[in-house]
Amino acid sequence: MAAKTINITLKIWRQKNCNSKGNMETYTLNDVSTASSFLEMLDQLNEQLINEKKEPVAFDHDCREGICGMCSLYINGRAHGPDTGTTTCQLHMRMFNDGDTIYVEPWRSAAFPVVKDLVVDRSAFDRIQQAGGFVSVNTSGRTMDANAIPIPKEDADKAFEAAACIGCGACVATCKNGSAMLFVGAKVSQYALLPQGRVEATQRALNMVRQMDEEGFGNCTNTGACEVECPKGISLDNIARLNREFLKASLVSNK
Amino acid sequence: MSILDSKIPAGNISDKWTDYKNHLKLVAPNNRPKIDIIVVGTGLAGSSAAASLGEMGYNVKAFCFQDSPRRAHSIAAQGGINAAKNYQNDGDSVYRLFYDTIKGGDYRAREANVHRLAEVSTSIIDQCVAQGVPFAREYGGLLDNRSFGGTQVQRTFYAAGQTGQQLLLGAYSALSRQIGLGRVKMYNRHEMLEIVKVDGKARGIIARNLVTGELERHSAHAVVLATGGYGNVYFLSTNAMGSNVTAAWKVHKQGALFANPCYVQIHPTCIPVHGTNQAKLTLMSESLRNSGRIWVPKKKEDAEAIRAGKLKPTELKEEERDYYLERKYPAFGNLVPRDVASRAAKEVCDEGRGIEENDTNEGVYLDFSTEIKNKGKQAAYAAGDHNPSEEKIIELGKKWLEEKYGNLFQMYQKITDENPYETPMKIYPAVHYTMGGVWVDYNLQSTIPGCFVTGEANFSDHGANRLGASALMQGLADGYFVLPYTISNYLADEIRTGKIATDSPEFEIAENNVKSQIDKFLSNNGTKSVDYFHKKLGLIMWNKVGMGRNAEGLQEAINEIDQLKKEFYADVYVPGSNDELNPQLEKALRVADLIDLGQLMAMDALQRKESCGGHFREEYQDAEGETLRDDVNFSFVGAWEYNGDDIKQEQLHKEELKYEFIKIAARNYK
Repeated sequence: MAAKTINITLKIWRQKNCNSKGNMETYTLNDVSTASSFLEMLDQLNEQLINEKKEPVAFDHDCREGICGMCSLYINGRAHGPDTGTTTCQLHMRMFNDGDTIYVEPWRSAAFPVVKDLVVDRSAFDRIQQAGGFVSVNTSGRTMDANAIPIPKEDADKAFEAAACIGCGACVATCKNGSAMLFVGAKVSQYALLPQGRVEATQRALNMVRQMDEEGFGNCTNTGACEVECPKGISLDNIARLNREFLKASLVSNK
Repeated sequence: MSILDSKIPAGNISDKWTDYKNHLKLVAPNNRPKIDIIVVGTGLAGSSAAASLGEMGYNVKAFCFQDSPRRAHSIAAQGGINAAKNYQNDGDSVYRLFYDTIKGGDYRAREANVHRLAEVSTSIIDQCVAQGVPFAREYGGLLDNRSFGGTQVQRTFYAAGQTGQQLLLGAYSALSRQIGLGRVKMYNRHEMLEIVKVDGKARGIIARNLVTGELERHSAHAVVLATGGYGNVYFLSTNAMGSNVTAAWKVHKQGALFANPCYVQIHPTCIPVHGTNQAKLTLMSESLRNSGRIWVPKKKEDAEAIRAGKLKPTELKEEERDYYLERKYPAFGNLVPRDVASRAAKEVCDEGRGIEENDTNEGVYLDFSTEIKNKGKQAAYAAGDHNPSEEKIIELGKKWLEEKYGNLFQMYQKITDENPYETPMKIYPAVHYTMGGVWVDYNLQSTIPGCFVTGEANFSDHGANRLGASALMQGLADGYFVLPYTISNYLADEIRTGKIATDSPEFEIAENNVKSQIDKFLSNNGTKSVDYFHKKLGLIMWNKVGMGRNAEGLQEAINEIDQLKKEFYADVYVPGSNDELNPQLEKALRVADLIDLGQLMAMDALQRKESCGGHFREEYQDAEGETLRDDVNFSFVGAWEYNGDDIKQEQLHKEELKYEFIKIAARNYK
């Protein structure tokens, strides 16, 4: 596919820090290769801004291959932009046309405060994980042989599909309630599906949901937008599983 | 040579680690809370170390520059992790893994370290499964394996093409548990910018809070660096954008020797370069070489026609294709080690047979059509259809591929806009991993007492070339099963030390050094961006310290980097201020260190007058173009000592490599 170049107009959210008000700024950017990724396009914009001695746009990114979950961005009103099953770093400019105006905003959610420009604070996800997203096993290396407990392939595959979550926060950003149920559901499911994680499944569901509520995430009303926008295709089944685990836990737990 | 004591214990290779561990000093549980440890970096090596040390009861502070420890670049490792489990009953053993790794490293790694790595490899898999890591399984419920380069057994455990992600999330979950329990304090968005030594010992760090710009002093009884490799010195690499050498370089400048900087792994299967605004290269996992066959057209004219878009690769007849790895290395075929595969790709492209339509025409095919037919037929038979149609076979074969490598194929399609199920992938080598790093002894301790270095950041286990699926193994081995023992031996003498003060002159000086460097950049008012210099550095490195090196080019690189360094400090422009999130400032601080390192890499490559593993000196090759080692003169680890701002004044120290248990031989994959 031969690459061509396009000229675009960018409307980008600029905000100095979490205490200041932000606004949309307009930039013109020419000669963008359609083979460039969206973030390479932003690099190009920043290079232009630096050459004009203006402040470049801050945005989060790291691996640039769709796996670290650090990149975010609301692009033309969609989390990670117009392509499906993709992170912003894997979105390519061939998805856009010459003359397009592209709107770029940060994740917007009460639980993800803006740090600067397009960068938000997602540490709430870490704290949910710290509340119970683990198997309580020490790192002795002397547990039991890895093949001692056979796990049906189907369960292992399902656990893997849930574990593929990259923690980017697109689900929260796209949810009208700002709910983190898909993220929490995926983690709870991964462990609940495996015999090693099953032991603590009850307490885990209670602890992670408690922390999720404390962080100010909204409730789930089964709209399903999160599943549509999730770059890793995490299924709504995980939310159903979380609900089952939580309900069961609420019934059997004394806490 | 006297300053390099590797502290390798005596005894038979297979008993060394056990015997040594049995005699290491311990810190009693009631004393551990009196000891502070800093862990910098939260990839596999850092997360696993921080989690393990937290569990043991030490006070741990962990640092990462990303917004969460789970982002560290271990997450991007695709293909798998090696372990000598021999679940496939194909003759694997601890010895075989040990042997393959030494041979794969072209006889430039330490025997004792590598054997230890092979020994603990099996515990890693047990541990990860216990933590809930969802490895791929067979229908019987047991763990599946695949092959990786440089081996003739199936010892690689995997989770689709996302093994690094699953292992890191496992280590991150263990770390999160300790953070939740209050045993590890986590500092996200913090970057270590200096190490602090008191009375010669590592006693803390200066870290910059990347959100507020504040410089913070953190003290400890020991500092662990698990800060990854330095592939970004080439600007374009498969490393994450933030991956850098700064922490390791600061330690080097404070006296830690830096070993084998010229050993760089150029990975054979990456997506080729598309243009000048490109910021990063994407790997296509080595696991694909289990199923894909690598080829270029036999004739130059066909390659030209393909590049011009006049001929499709699928139209080229079987006999017109050169499956050059299968031709040259029949015993290992497409699964030769990475350095061998990369050089072979360069060779055919240098002959004008590259197929990619970019500036350099550099690209070769990775073709899955044979595998689609084989696996499709097998799947049909397994389903009871013993006379499947051609279409059925292809349909089932594609399904099999999707299950095995679905995410990789999807990633390829997103980036290139081509469908690899229908047309062969285009690939080319790219910088991927660095075998060199901070010199450490058997205890993983650098030449600064109390400063330990683990994972890719150290140099110890992979010699001149790392085998696929061994980086994940080393990261977790170091963090879970080696460091917790060896660091305790060091800390046993620290139980009476008490809290380390941060108001000492040493901390003051260290903080002021960092401050003045930051001030200098922000007030420089030059005309060019940091990236301008980084790209220039990258080009020098790729062209002259890349896949093929020679004395003339290396000398030129050293001189050009001299010039670049002067220009950088005179003319770099860093916008913004220090008291806010300032990614350009972060980058400037990192590129400053990469420039120094780049020069040292060229110097190291120049002194090593032999070819070995990833280090290919064009002057030293045999008649068939294979690496020509010089075991008489170069069987040593080259460790460099910092000697002031002019890197050219660094002094080389040698640690002789002794092979007592493996017989050194020419590396042969034919």
